[in-house]
Amino acid sequence: MKRIIICVIFLLIYRFSFAKEDSCIECHNELEGEFKKPVEMMKSDIHYKFGISCVSCHGGNPTIHDESAMDKKYGFIGVPNKKEILKICSKCHSNPEYMKKFNPTIRVDQLELYKTSKHGILLEKGDEKVAVCSDCHSSHGILPPIDSRSTVFPQKIPETCGKCHKDKEYMKEYGIPINQVEEYLEGVHGEALMKKGDLSAPSCNDCHGNHGSTPPGVENISYVCRECHSSAADLFVKSPHKSAFDKLKISECEACHGNHKIEKPSDEMLEPERGICSSCHEKDSKGFLVSQKIYSDIKNLKDKIMESELILNKVYKMGIEVSDAFVMLEDAKSSLINARNLVHSFEIEKIEEAINEGLKICEKVYNEGKKGEKEAITRRKGYGLSLIFFIILIFALLLKLKLREEKTL
Amino acid sequence: MKKIINSTYKWFGERIPLKELIDFISKKGVPIHSYSYWYFFGGICLFLYITQVVTGILLLLYYKPTAESAYESVHFIVANVPFGWLIRSIHSWSANLLIGAIFIHMFSTYFLKAYRPPRELTWITGCLLLYLFLAFGFSGYLLPWNELSFFATKVGTEIVGVLPIIGKPLKIFLRGGEEVSGATLTRFFGFHVAVLPGIVFIILGIHLLLLQIHGMSVPLGMKEEEVKKEPFFPNFFIKELIGWLLITVILVSLSVFFPWPLGKKADPFASAPAGIKPEWYFTFMFLTLKLLPQKVIFIEGEVLGVLIFFIAAIFLLLIPFLDLWSKKEKRNPIFTWIGIFAVLYIIIMTILTYILPGK
Repeated sequence: MKRIIICVIFLLIYRFSFAKEDSCIECHNELEGEFKKPVEMMKSDIHYKFGISCVSCHGGNPTIHDESAMDKKYGFIGVPNKKEILKICSKCHSNPEYMKKFNPTIRVDQLELYKTSKHGILLEKGDEKVAVCSDCHSSHGILPPIDSRSTVFPQKIPETCGKCHKDKEYMKEYGIPINQVEEYLEGVHGEALMKKGDLSAPSCNDCHGNHGSTPPGVENISYVCRECHSSAADLFVKSPHKSAFDKLKISECEACHGNHKIEKPSDEMLEPERGICSSCHEKDSKGFLVSQKIYSDIKNLKDKIMESELILNKVYKMGIEVSDAFVMLEDAKSSLINARNLVHSFEIEKIEEAINEGLKICEKVYNEGKKGEKEAITRRKGYGLSLIFFIILIFALLLKLKLREEKTL
Repeated sequence: MKKIINSTYKWFGERIPLKELIDFISKKGVPIHSYSYWYFFGGICLFLYITQVVTGILLLLYYKPTAESAYESVHFIVANVPFGWLIRSIHSWSANLLIGAIFIHMFSTYFLKAYRPPRELTWITGCLLLYLFLAFGFSGYLLPWNELSFFATKVGTEIVGVLPIIGKPLKIFLRGGEEVSGATLTRFFGFHVAVLPGIVFIILGIHLLLLQIHGMSVPLGMKEEEVKKEPFFPNFFIKELIGWLLITVILVSLSVFFPWPLGKKADPFASAPAGIKPEWYFTFMFLTLKLLPQKVIFIEGEVLGVLIFFIAAIFLLLIPFLDLWSKKEKRNPIFTWIGIFAVLYIIIMTILTYILPGK
């Protein structure tokens, strides 16, 4: 009996002490549906893990165990509106002194950036439909961006942005397309990120910015692309196209490669009749002829590489050791890549230099392949001769054996 | 000319029992019966071993046993040395054929109960030769220092390490350290070209000597003195020679049309490629260890597997003393069924290794 009383007292103390800690959790845990969901979600929330609970955002008094805990006198605000969300989040996230305690390297300029974003500008104008912190980061189960379950993990970003930007009804009044996510997923970046799992591939925020998200303008789109494609951008800036594009107010990279649906660049983009160049350069114009020359040079090197690879594979299958030639062929492929990149300079001499370097290597590789082919034929001839020798020897021995056996009999 | 031959024969004859040897060979007979063809496998094993020695010595002229240059030296042999590709391929192919031939030779003598008295020692030395050649294969596989051999050796030596008490020290001894490294390569090279050939030379010598002393065994139910015999020289020898020539043709054909691949150079810091397997003759043991559950009652599955194979090896060695029926010229069906089970197990598990997904 004594033991039971001790247990009951202990349990009561335990329950009382738990309730004293956070009445929000205690009550909402006993509710159903939407009211219970935040408690369930916050178990994995990064804020909760650092000891930041409901009261920090929603106000109220978690030590009171009845509905008066949600009295306005305790600063209770209930479900905050969009502007309030900004204030709530920035209370801590814009305070370097406070944030340093959790992560010394964390940025604290999110709010400032947000104010410059399209979302921020519209919110300021009173548009309550635009995205604020919680729309992208979620509200109660907020996870760090490096967590693959987070709504702002690179592979989740297209879905997060698409929540609004794909919604025809929601975006109706803004007059902007709603196919960006769809196009992005079909493009080379979407494929790399979503299908190949390459986390270094850009998602929406890498080009548009995240907190300061805005559509890049004609002038600055190349700055966005060159963050990764610096070599191509450097070549382009020095090319005659730069000033021409500037005059015509054409976006540099986007003009040829597109924006959301960026297709894998192919040599056919240079194809004189059906390629991209012909959309600006008239037939038989200087630009047209240059593109024709570049296209035929690149195609020539590509064909030579294929031809060399073909013979090497054939010889390899015949059992000839040609690994050195395969390594050389990689150099030729590097020359082709270099030539393709140099296309952004539109300087025929530079491109031809790279092409010729590749062609020279291809010639060497092809000769190695031919040498190997000859060696394989010699081996087979030698094999044939040795086979005849062995067969004769076997028959001679069989004959000797027969004679011997006849003699024994 | 004849005078020179006679005087040379006389000179040697005064120093070694040449006449007795020639008498012995000319009188030596080989039993003729419906299972006589199994006798050829012993000779085939010997021929393949000689091929191994000859091609191995030729490879030694260029091979460099260090992690930095082993792969490059084999590449040089294959790509630049005249007939190097042929020598290397013959060495690799004959190693594989040799293990296959030893298995066939071992099982044929097992089913014909050739281990009956007085040939117990011939059987034991034969079994020891099988184990030694498996060790030859294991040590030689690493020597080209390519990706497959590197990781297969890693897995193989890891298995040795699971043995209770002696496992870890044995693993470190084999590897020459905690990990497979250049020290392992040098060590394996030492085993492959010095230690193992030395031991094999002695055991093989005893095995062949015992064969000459006791002659070839006849199947159960036959009496050695009543069985018809053919002269060893030249009749049986010619037949054996034809067999050797056929094996040579097979070896050369395989080497020309399917040269042994060199693969990629081993990179100890790279992750193991998918589907790493040991050489085919180890795969039945490898798959068994993979299929065993993590724990069997109280013992770890892998440890149990290794112990079972160890006991099986001892059992194989002691068969002449366990099969008491064969001493009385009687067939014990238990031993026949054990043999059939072993053959089927090895064949099925080997095939399964190559067809089971993810094994």
